[in-house]
Amino acid sequence: MSSACLRSLAAFVACVAVGAHAASARELRVCADPDDLPYSNAAGAGFENRIAELVAADLHAQLRYAWAPLQRAFVRKTVGEGLCDVFIGVPAGFERVLTTRPYYRSSYVFVSRGAEPVTSFDDPRLARVQVGVQLIGNDLAATPPGHALAARGAIDNVEGFTLMGERPAAARMVDALVQGRIETALVWGPQAGYFAARAPVPLHIDIAHAPAELADLPFEFSISMGVARGNRALRDELDGVLARRAAEIDAILAAYHVPRTDRP
Amino acid sequence: MHTRIHCAGVMAVVACLYVPMPSHGAAPEDDGQWPMAAHDYANTRFSPLAQVTPSNVKSLRLAFSFSTGALRGQEAAPVVVGDTMYVVTPYPDYLYALDLSKPGANLKWKFDPKVAPGSQGVACCDVVNRGVAVSGGRVFMATLDAQVIAIDAATGAEAWRTKLGDITLGETITMAPLVVKGKVLVGNSGGEMGVRGWITALDAASGKVAWRAYNTGPDKDVLIGPRFKPHYDSDRGTDLGVKTWPPDAWKLGGGTVWGFVSYDPEQDVIIYGTGNPGPWNPEQRPGDNKWTSGIFARDLSTGEARWFYQWSPHDRHDYDGVNENVLADLDLPGGSRKVLMHPDRNGYLYVVDRTTGEVISADPYVAITTSSGVDLANGALKYNPDKEPRGGKVIHDICPGSAGGKDWQPSAWSPRTKLLYVPHQNICQDASTYEVSYISGTPYVGADLKMKAGPGGFRGELAAWDPVARRKAWSVKEKFPVWSGALATAGDVVFYGTMDGWIKAVDARTGDPLWQFQADSGVISQPVSYRGPDGKQYIAVLSGIGGWAGAVVSGGLDIRDGNGANGFVNVMRDLPQYTKKGGTLYVFSLP
Repeated sequence: MSSACLRSLAAFVACVAVGAHAASARELRVCADPDDLPYSNAAGAGFENRIAELVAADLHAQLRYAWAPLQRAFVRKTVGEGLCDVFIGVPAGFERVLTTRPYYRSSYVFVSRGAEPVTSFDDPRLARVQVGVQLIGNDLAATPPGHALAARGAIDNVEGFTLMGERPAAARMVDALVQGRIETALVWGPQAGYFAARAPVPLHIDIAHAPAELADLPFEFSISMGVARGNRALRDELDGVLARRAAEIDAILAAYHVPRTDRP
Repeated sequence: MHTRIHCAGVMAVVACLYVPMPSHGAAPEDDGQWPMAAHDYANTRFSPLAQVTPSNVKSLRLAFSFSTGALRGQEAAPVVVGDTMYVVTPYPDYLYALDLSKPGANLKWKFDPKVAPGSQGVACCDVVNRGVAVSGGRVFMATLDAQVIAIDAATGAEAWRTKLGDITLGETITMAPLVVKGKVLVGNSGGEMGVRGWITALDAASGKVAWRAYNTGPDKDVLIGPRFKPHYDSDRGTDLGVKTWPPDAWKLGGGTVWGFVSYDPEQDVIIYGTGNPGPWNPEQRPGDNKWTSGIFARDLSTGEARWFYQWSPHDRHDYDGVNENVLADLDLPGGSRKVLMHPDRNGYLYVVDRTTGEVISADPYVAITTSSGVDLANGALKYNPDKEPRGGKVIHDICPGSAGGKDWQPSAWSPRTKLLYVPHQNICQDASTYEVSYISGTPYVGADLKMKAGPGGFRGELAAWDPVARRKAWSVKEKFPVWSGALATAGDVVFYGTMDGWIKAVDARTGDPLWQFQADSGVISQPVSYRGPDGKQYIAVLSGIGGWAGAVVSGGLDIRDGNGANGFVNVMRDLPQYTKKGGTLYVFSLP
């Protein structure tokens, strides 16, 4: 999607939001990371910013952000402190909040360059070529691809990218791909789609499926909105918005190149 | 906030009761002050004051109190030099100077270091500060946003500040600095986030970095050279901080330094423990992962490594190795030895030759299922593979749980009773089905950890450990983990605090309960004792629940969410019925 297209979309949403502001004093307080594209940033450039604007408009509410890095214990430090009411994106079934119906489903993906990309954990090259993986940074926890790489003996050729850092891990991973430091990277889909689309060289994106021996380990996650546990009224309202605005939300996700596994 | 001191002059009595410190770690000369978190370089937390005894301690009563104005976990030790007490709070790391010569201990000055608010989101467990050090007319403090600041002790004016770490990379500082011979020693926190651990010596006069030693990576970064003489073969070789990891994994290897540093003047070495390896899952970091979850002795002036021992090679339970190292000379069956005593998170109480790093003994002080002992021939911890966490597998009764047999809360040593007073927890955990988790927009499945009381059903204990007989002399069981430090005194009274808000005194020889006081909030701090300007012995303790174990109250966690605080909430669900947030300094004396 072109940046011009993005701009016109932004202008459209902004108009809707201004209209809502004039009509009502209600506030939609969204918890958002000030620097975590493609989801959100303080400039409003992320797809969760766009969706938040859409939801606020639908509810005739004024959109107000509580900016907080969505790191460890982020629910307690935001909704838990009463700073805001809604997360635009959390995994469905995330126990720390009450979640809406899922509105998209994505997957961990292989991001590769070159003519013959690695697309499966069964590819024997995976034990040889340099592979990038995201490191969670919570005691002993790993991403699903982190477990899969270890199971397939990819140890010495793995480079870790911490979620903490100046820029999103996925951005640094795409840089490493472009520089040729790694040949493939295992990245969560929405992050992969966004940064790969902005890379100066063409990159492949392929859905990563769990290796057979780790079939129970999910590589796909459905994403919902989240509210404080117990806030059923708001959750139900948001479910209504998601149903009404499904087509517009799909368009926003497509504009940000989110790989979907719930769409053909 | 303040109440009046009612005092009676008993200076002459105190002078008679003065007991000199043992020679090791005696510097600085003891004079009734408490100039650093652990009292002395040997980390004894032993006060030579003896006015308060088992026979009169029941008369202890509140002399004054002071509200700290910060309601997160208060883990600090109040520090006393001259007529002034220095109290540091958790984030925002306020530093208060209280004038002990004035009735009610008036506030002399307050220093606000203006800590970056973003550091709160980075700290792993709570936004704690474990105390300051006073030396040469300056107070030295570390802040959550990884700065070290020197402040004029008399005026509260800032002398210098040096930024040592980067919170955007997950680096914080929570430890109490140690100041020795013009060097300020500090280390970083944040091993689980991909921080590479280090200890740094700053020049106390200027704040300039004198040396920095990393705890992972090539020998030149670890300051390993010809003077490095580890006791065991497993620690000998070139660049083990690289070779015991997959290529480059050491760059994000952890091994941070967030516990207490000891100093041995006879050898002129500092001794400290290193944190767990991270942020890799264990199966992605095969190898010993040196130099994490172990102990280093380093030359004070240059930082050169002298010896190392690894408590938990390839740490697979998040045990860390940062617990305190208490220096003493012991008469062991084989003769007198210069040792350090170390109750590790892995459940063993180690007695180690502090000149060589040789393990003299290692005995369980809590129930242990994750290993079957320490092989004294080669120093190896004998892991039990059945309790190793593996993706998707349900494992019951991992003992100790990931908080260990004891966490940061420091022990005290009495050279009179020859007992080490170990405040600790009795907690195991089950690792079972996965739960969906999410950090910075990245979904994953984490282990579902549920901590629970260990064998016996109690969750905490103050144990008096006899390091010669290698057994507990006595112990006091507590409902909750004993998350406060211990204080031993020459009056043979031991003090500690409980998470349900009791400040307690017990008989140092028998453990018999002698006195207790109900504070406004749970106690997880480091009790201290000092001689006031009026010559009386005082006991000072901060209340204020929090820390990893107390997060259910200080962080307002949902008690239905057993996984909260990495599984700690499951075993602390009833804590909110017993205590609430707080932050008060309590100071006691005899009438």
